Amino acid sequence: MSGQSVTLVEAVRLAALQEMRRDPTVWVMGEDVARGGLYGQYKDFLPEFGEERVVSTPISESTIMGAGLGAALVGTRPIIEMRIFDFVMCAMDELVNQIAKIRYMFGGQAKPSVVVRMPHGIWRNSAAQHSQMLESWFVHLPGVIVVTPSTPADAAGLLVSAIRSDDPVLFFDPKNLFPLTGEVASVIEPIPFGKARLAREGRDLTIVSWSAIMPAVEQAAATLAGEGIAADVIDLRTLWPWDQEAVLASVRKTGRLLVVQEAVSVAGFGAEVVSTVVETLGPARVKAARRLGAPRIPIPFSPPLEDAVKVTPAKIVAAAKAAMG
Amino acid sequence: MQPTHNVQRLLDLYRTMSRIRAFETAALTAHKEGVVPGPLHVSIGQEGVAAGVCLNLTTEDRITSNHRGHGHAIAKGAGIQGMMRELFGREGGHCRGKGGSMHIADFSVGMLGANGVVSGGIPIAVGAAQGLKMKRSSAIAVCFFGDGAINRGPFLEGLNWAALYTLPVLFVCEDNGVSAFTATESVTAGPGVIARAESLGVPGVTVDGNDVMAVDEAAARLAAEVRAGKGPRLLHAKTFRITGHTSTDAAAWRDPASVEAAKKRCPIDRLAVLLGERGVAAADLAAVRSAAEAEMAAAVLDAKGAPWPDEAIAYDDVQDVGAVAYAGVSA
Repeated sequence: MSGQSVTLVEAVRLAALQEMRRDPTVWVMGEDVARGGLYGQYKDFLPEFGEERVVSTPISESTIMGAGLGAALVGTRPIIEMRIFDFVMCAMDELVNQIAKIRYMFGGQAKPSVVVRMPHGIWRNSAAQHSQMLESWFVHLPGVIVVTPSTPADAAGLLVSAIRSDDPVLFFDPKNLFPLTGEVASVIEPIPFGKARLAREGRDLTIVSWSAIMPAVEQAAATLAGEGIAADVIDLRTLWPWDQEAVLASVRKTGRLLVVQEAVSVAGFGAEVVSTVVETLGPARVKAARRLGAPRIPIPFSPPLEDAVKVTPAKIVAAAKAAMG
Repeated sequence: MQPTHNVQRLLDLYRTMSRIRAFETAALTAHKEGVVPGPLHVSIGQEGVAAGVCLNLTTEDRITSNHRGHGHAIAKGAGIQGMMRELFGREGGHCRGKGGSMHIADFSVGMLGANGVVSGGIPIAVGAAQGLKMKRSSAIAVCFFGDGAINRGPFLEGLNWAALYTLPVLFVCEDNGVSAFTATESVTAGPGVIARAESLGVPGVTVDGNDVMAVDEAAARLAAEVRAGKGPRLLHAKTFRITGHTSTDAAAWRDPASVEAAKKRCPIDRLAVLLGERGVAAADLAAVRSAAEAEMAAAVLDAKGAPWPDEAIAYDDVQDVGAVAYAGVSA
């Protein structure tokens, strides 16, 4: 069967649908999931799977997260819907002290096979508590996989892998890209974690990015190409594990690195990419290694203020030119 | 006394409590010798709750526990040698020396783990109950937590959730009156755990946790109701922790009179008196106690002689994908 062009939110809906049909132990729990989820990512799940597998929960993030773990410990595979990334902070003990630790602490007796879905990123004029990008926190946390897709096909394929994974997977849905359209196969194949996608091929500069800022990066790369700067654009897709080989191979070729993140630049994942590249290749082989991200301030509400914080194609172009300098 | 309390059942309870006491006494001694590293939280004086509740459970039933969980694990049937080796941080511990006293788990008997975070086991038990229900299992989940846990959010969230979905979970509040070092009463608004449970639609019963028969009777009834699909129940067992918060806490802050009074209410001694009245010879009871002590002494000896884990296993069981490989040590 041929693929179809769908929105990103429809792509992840189809992926979850496919996996729930395939495996009766997969189920979804979270606030408002029975009515289709906040974004329609579980639309029409309730009539097909019933309320035992599509569980609309109270607004009880600690118990949504902890109960997901408990249910995994008795052999089910819950998709834990956190509604918006920012609310995961209400369930940090259950995520950090329990889900990420329990396999290790119990000497391998448990494999907490949960997917935690956390739509993240700047969400137009939603202000400081609904627009955060703290994915780097979780890359710092041993025991979990961190997934940050940017296209409908990648989001769908990575969600299939996440649901089938025995490791706990933190799945950062790029909520601002939910309306983005793209091709998705009628049978969604799993995409392995730790394999980057080469979004554009070039020879002058390596631009590494992920998640909701990717369209801005690709737009910037097109502008740069028009000015004679050909960039390799790498979409990491997953931040742990991350495709160091792809990035190193590209920087070996280009000698210049720019990491672009929607998140605050300070102590973000860009620092990890830059230091890995410099440590591995040595400073002599890296002519430039830069980061571009948001300033270290909360996301403001007012449109011009929010615009000032955001990484834009123009800022990416400027940073790329600086790296070429 | 219920007719079910024949001498054999009472002896079972006596044996379980004696084993818990002997295990923790041996662990305390070993900790004082410096051979058990890290914090050790014992439950001396509280054995009646673990024994009385777990006698009503099957291996298929799951329990979650708190940081003071040796008794719960033993009562659920966890292997002693694996437990003692775990306390010593040796190879062959239930958690391969990665958990220690606060994180003993034995999934083979349905013991889903002790937990270092107060109230941490509550949502996990609720989710286990939900998963068991989804799988059409006849097993139930039981959650042991202390009175300090009722002031944390997961307690309220977990009970609300369990009641809402009529989940097969028995909440057991082991009320020793103190939240670490602070009298729970002094930091708890309102009438406490039963009122809170009932306000969330979870029926609760208070018993004297140092009367193991009372615990057994109440747990039998409540577990049967949970098993029958009537939804969650809460057992509130009032007890007393004779020792300090941790093994290094001499509990000098405690009123000595209350400790002396508690020792007179020791659940093991009380049952011994009753068994004597039922015609069991003192020598037979002493034999149970000394068998337990010998079992634990052997476990300590085994643990002392057990090898340390190989350094490479520190890198195991983190995660399958994205795991960091063991690179060895350069001298």
